[in-house]
Amino acid sequence: MQCRVELSQIDPTLGNLDANLAMHIAQARSALQRGAQLVLFPELSLTGYFLRDQTPEVALRVEDARLQPLRELSREVTLGVGFVERGSDERLYNSYALFEDGRIVGIHRKVHLVTYGMFDDARDFAPGEGFRIVESRHGRLGILICEDMWHFSAAWLHFLGEADAIIVPSASPGRGIRAGGEEGLHSARVWNRLQDAMALLFQTWILYVNRAGSEDGLIFSGGSRVVDPFGEETARLPLLETGSLSCQVDSETLRRARVATPLRRDEKPQLVAAEIARICGQRGP
Amino acid sequence: MNRLDIQCDLAERMLVQFLRKEAGKFGFRRAVLGLSGGIDSALSAALAARAFGADQVLGVMMPYRTSNPSSEADARTVAAALGIATRKVDISAMVDGYFAQVPTADRMRRGNAMARSRMIVLYDLSVEWKGLVIGTSNKTEILLGYSTQFGDSASALNPLGDLYKHQVFQLARHLGLPECVLEKAPSADLFEGQTDEAEIGHSYRDLDALLFEMVDERRSETELIGRGFAPDFVRNIVRRMALNQYKRMPPVIAKLSERTVNHDFRYLRSWGH
Repeated sequence: MQCRVELSQIDPTLGNLDANLAMHIAQARSALQRGAQLVLFPELSLTGYFLRDQTPEVALRVEDARLQPLRELSREVTLGVGFVERGSDERLYNSYALFEDGRIVGIHRKVHLVTYGMFDDARDFAPGEGFRIVESRHGRLGILICEDMWHFSAAWLHFLGEADAIIVPSASPGRGIRAGGEEGLHSARVWNRLQDAMALLFQTWILYVNRAGSEDGLIFSGGSRVVDPFGEETARLPLLETGSLSCQVDSETLRRARVATPLRRDEKPQLVAAEIARICGQRGP
Repeated sequence: MNRLDIQCDLAERMLVQFLRKEAGKFGFRRAVLGLSGGIDSALSAALAARAFGADQVLGVMMPYRTSNPSSEADARTVAAALGIATRKVDISAMVDGYFAQVPTADRMRRGNAMARSRMIVLYDLSVEWKGLVIGTSNKTEILLGYSTQFGDSASALNPLGDLYKHQVFQLARHLGLPECVLEKAPSADLFEGQTDEAEIGHSYRDLDALLFEMVDERRSETELIGRGFAPDFVRNIVRRMALNQYKRMPPVIAKLSERTVNHDFRYLRSWGH
């Protein structure tokens, strides 16, 4: 892979598809002018996050004509966009689509719906059913939507799938402002730790794109960032504000990381599969 | 260092952004709030002044005839320090006009009527000023239910609702609010000599410490007692929180139809904005 990625830390309007779509097009066009080849938006970027009963009202089928401007623009630049997908049987998914060469080349449906604390994803969404690599012109891309990233197994599957980069779109509200430790939001620090660890263990680029703005009293923390396959941060956006950053992502760094420490080569997926079968056989899923 | 200490710069940034953003969604760029001369309203005013600009904030002083005159003086000191606009509306005639018809009402009912009269004034002036009513209730008093329902608890946006009293003081100091509000004992000033701590029966220091461990850290009653909180204190506060849950809720609607507001008609305030 060899591409210029732009992370677009936007503040979508809750439930206003037209306004959000226009913002996506404008952002992507200006990123294109800056030389971007892959523009990534946050989780549910076309709709906003805490939709509740708006969820079915803003849901789109993948073939919906309203996505046409994104398909058109994707002839010039690859786009990663979050939206509510209307599937078969009126099931709704928290989905993330990659638009490329005038079509959707891959889609991930959030598997780990977050349903605790302030979150109620599973009330409104059906869970996705897998973690598949998307073959993009820019490389092998894995997608983990927000809470998916909190499950080691999800990123591990993309590691086995030989992902060059894992895209992590998110809508994470900032929380934890206690003094006495490191500065900044506790929630953002924890996210950073997760990304660094996954990048290091799975030797892949992590492209984390969170949103800004607020929905009622929940203030999204921003802090989008790029972590290289050594687990080192190479670019980041500020907390809490909208903005965009551009960063070069390449295969050479992947190669150097994997030659230095050949973790994928030494991984034992079949042994793990057998152990999982044994544990699940004993204890149930 | 107190366990409840917060990063003030970060809190200020988030709260200013919250006020600006959530008011702006609905086209508001101005704010109205009651200025009592106490620390909570002073802090809300300071945050509103940073969010909207001092000249876009109206601080309303609403004394009753028995209010301590020093409260108004302190409110004026705060307003002058912040550079916000002020207005004085004496609520004595409103309150006395009603109680002339209900002369037997006790002190609590009169206090509640004062708080609700102030709410009437603020919501009326919000139309004239074209600004949203900004709340002044902190997390300690919300959890304890130490407020008048539809009175001082009423607002459109409340920047203080997730700050314990200790954190209110910390942020107020950080924002350089006048000494007069930082130094005096918190009081609702509904009757002479009233202080919050005497009325609640515990110090804010103890209340904040307990509530923080109980609510934020989710510690069990047994664990809290094991950590040195007096059993009676813990049980009293748990009971008090549950007893006052109604004050934290919108009015309860009986479900009759297939779809009912607040039960299965679920939209954020930010719906479409």
